[in-house]
Amino acid sequence: MAEPMRIRATSKDGVVNVKVLMSHEMETGMRKDASGKVVPAHFIQHVTATWQGKTVLSAQWGPAVAKNPFLEFNFKGGQKGEKIQITWTDDKGDKRTDEATIN
Amino acid sequence: MNHTRRRVLKASGSAGLIALLAGAGLSVPDIAVAADWNKTAFEGKTVQDAFKGLGAGSPANSAQIVLNAPDIAENGAVVPIVVESKIAGTESIALLVEKNRSPLVAAFDIPPGTESSVSMRIKMNESSNVYALVKANGKYYVAKREIKVTLGGCGV
Repeated sequence: MAEPMRIRATSKDGVVNVKVLMSHEMETGMRKDASGKVVPAHFIQHVTATWQGKTVLSAQWGPAVAKNPFLEFNFKGGQKGEKIQITWTDDKGDKRTDEATIN
Repeated sequence: MNHTRRRVLKASGSAGLIALLAGAGLSVPDIAVAADWNKTAFEGKTVQDAFKGLGAGSPANSAQIVLNAPDIAENGAVVPIVVESKIAGTESIALLVEKNRSPLVAAFDIPPGTESSVSMRIKMNESSNVYALVKANGKYYVAKREIKVTLGGCGV
């Protein structure tokens, strides 16, 4: 099971800044290991951020997103103390959701 | 990877067959999950293929899209990029690297209320043009920028 995401959400002047650091190999399927065997692709395909049940960002990713992906975006309306959830799903069907409180 | 299954999937492209396979009790775990992943766009081998896969035929150049990135990236495995669209009514932003084996890196949907700017880190195989494709009010716009890479990011 994948490691938890690190999420920081800070509200300023009615805009919430969200920074997410995910823990994922993001294998491209092109790389070879020491013995010359191709390492199979394994990467996050979907990312969704929700706040108060509303999707504030959704994304589709390919294998060219860097290892241990970082993502930053801003949305309007969030208040301090409210929660934001981030979910990712990878090409093997692994899934992880983490929650952070806006401050 | 199971190549037969890949071929079957490519050949069919229909939900009907997937349902049939699932109905027959075959294990198809990644299909259900990846159902709405834009395989055509992500596996397109040229920028034009990826544009087509995203539904953008020939996007107009726009100076209102800002691609913020280093001119020279030392490590192609981790290239920080900020894409900002100043076009009103931006609905989606996609990021493409021309000389990667599959140019499309990421595609974001921007709902109303979310600022049309995303920041992330991508892999680049070699020095290349990087494109930001923006959909706003149903129309497509594009901006590009060259980024030089000193050390390529493991064969993307």
